[in-house]
Amino acid sequence: MSDYTLETEAGRLEALRRMRTIREFDTMAGQYFADGEIPGFVHLYIGEEAVGVGTCAALESDDYISSTHRGHGHCIAKGLDPKLMMAELFGKSDGYCNGKGGSMHIADVDSGMLGANGIVGAGPPLATGAALSIDHQDRSDQVALAFLGDGATAQGQVHEAVNMASTWDLPAIFLIENNQYGEATPVEDQHNVDHLSDTAQAYDIPGVTVDGMDITAVYEAVKEARKRAANGDGPTMIEAETYRYHGHYEGDEQNYRTDEELQMWKDRDPIDSFSERLVDRGELTESEFEEMEAEVEETIAEALDFAQNADLPAPEEAYDDMFNESVPEIENFKNQARTDGGSTGGGSR
Amino acid sequence: MTAQAELGAQETETMTVREAIRQGLREELARDDDVYIMGEDVGAFGGVLEVTGDLYEEFGGERLRDTPIAEAGYVGAAVGAAATGTRPVAELMFSDFMGVSMEQIMNQMAKMRYMFGGKTEMPVTIRATEGGGMGAASQHSGTVHTWISHFPGLKAVAPGTAASAKGLTKAAIRSDDPVFVFENKMIYEQKGEVPTDEDYVTPIGEASVEREGEDVTVVATQRLVGESVDVAEDLAGDVSVEVIDPQSLYPLDTETIVESLQKTGRMVVADESPVSYGTHAEIIARAQEEAFFSLDAPIQRVGTPDTHMPFSTPLEQEVLPDGEGVQKAIQRIV
Repeated sequence: MSDYTLETEAGRLEALRRMRTIREFDTMAGQYFADGEIPGFVHLYIGEEAVGVGTCAALESDDYISSTHRGHGHCIAKGLDPKLMMAELFGKSDGYCNGKGGSMHIADVDSGMLGANGIVGAGPPLATGAALSIDHQDRSDQVALAFLGDGATAQGQVHEAVNMASTWDLPAIFLIENNQYGEATPVEDQHNVDHLSDTAQAYDIPGVTVDGMDITAVYEAVKEARKRAANGDGPTMIEAETYRYHGHYEGDEQNYRTDEELQMWKDRDPIDSFSERLVDRGELTESEFEEMEAEVEETIAEALDFAQNADLPAPEEAYDDMFNESVPEIENFKNQARTDGGSTGGGSR
Repeated sequence: MTAQAELGAQETETMTVREAIRQGLREELARDDDVYIMGEDVGAFGGVLEVTGDLYEEFGGERLRDTPIAEAGYVGAAVGAAATGTRPVAELMFSDFMGVSMEQIMNQMAKMRYMFGGKTEMPVTIRATEGGGMGAASQHSGTVHTWISHFPGLKAVAPGTAASAKGLTKAAIRSDDPVFVFENKMIYEQKGEVPTDEDYVTPIGEASVEREGEDVTVVATQRLVGESVDVAEDLAGDVSVEVIDPQSLYPLDTETIVESLQKTGRMVVADESPVSYGTHAEIIARAQEEAFFSLDAPIQRVGTPDTHMPFSTPLEQEVLPDGEGVQKAIQRIV
């Protein structure tokens, strides 16, 4: 069973809550990054919430997803715990990856989340591989979906992944989040097709472009694609047209776009439009939505509190998790770190 | 115990390296339904290097899966499959093709387990042929195992005998870590005694003393193992040569090499990879760290002299390291 679906009122409210949770999570991640509390860099999903949530609402809970460098939204949509996510962003031991991955590598394979990914275009082959495992073990009614950006569709390995999945009729879905810019370059300057889903023709699979600001449109497309995939009929390529309200990364000057363009997309905000729709349908009142928002803010405040108070990893943890069967080379370094408290200043033997 | 003594203790049959690898693959396919082989022409065609051979007839197209010519794609798919409950064995045909798939190897396969805090296993095996000697020219003759041995998160093995060809292949497939098996294409027809026990594996990270000696240690890999043993036999009575096959390049059995060096005081490292910044350097670095005061002479390197593998026979023979090179290196230091 799916955790939530747009078919029921409870599911729709849960979808709205998840979209709102993503926005709150990323708003706070942006703030704490700006304050210098989160190291590295972060890529925020704000504005694209309908894509991740509409997609995951149409998947079953044991389906796999591969993600991108802009992965926080996919994680929350898939049901990952914001506390463990935030702890990972803060580089803490209690984070999903014990502090070894950070924002760009949050993963929870047991939940079907095959990892955010710092390499543009690397996720689709992984999803094709997950679909291959499903196919190999004849697992019924399970699929693998790759989230990829518009930029990734120019990568050669994405073509290879789609070609293999199509040729082998694997239970895969390729979901392109077209947020209009590949880093700082407009999508039309990187591709020669009107719609990125047009390339589906090359693989003889269905390709559709949907409004990525409308959760229902995304949901319906993924639901149809999932049915086809699980039925053994092969993959579908879906392009969801969306927009990121923030820069490619936090700190990006965004000199490649205008305030007017940003405002035009914000006027079609996916959370506003969905909440208004639920209000219109009598499934939500203004005050209930305010209550939901307060609960979401509380959830993320708790996640921040958890992350800030969690322990940093001990230096010797740098030597954990390289292999299932450990090797003496790394054990030596680990023992050194244990005995000298981790002040080796890098490896020396 | 030397390799021969070890083998003497169990039932064996004589077969080529190619047959030994195939037998290892067959046994693992039969042992575990989650194991399957994927790559270009590995199925009905039997493999360009004829290693998978008749396995397709026995196990069918789902277990011997022919892929498109898309090394990045199918290596990436193998990574995704390994993370989700199956145990793919991807054949890269020529190790030079690794360049095409390197992104999935270095950024996904090698890093996922670590980056995810141990939240996934990566039971994937990559088989690839290496080496010059058949006029295959630069893009089909490379010896690239140093890259993989160098890169954190990957394990690399390189058999030099038929027994280890089978044993390492099986160990790689049974491992929950990514293991690369580098097969030198010039020894596919080399025969040897191979244990018939279906649970015979060559543990990853253990070297093999192929011949005992007292005066000089030759650490040799792949094709150069057999050629070094031949040199040792030729020199017997004059120089007593110990030949060690590391079998695993990463992890590396430093202890066996160091113990030998402490006995002989002299060492030659023979490996077909380019001599600079490579496998030789790593073995020598470890040797001097652990056995500096046992050294009686500078350690010698025998490898490809920093060129690509040229096509024309006299050029290829010029750069290809061989037994003669090993013998000259020994004579320089004894």
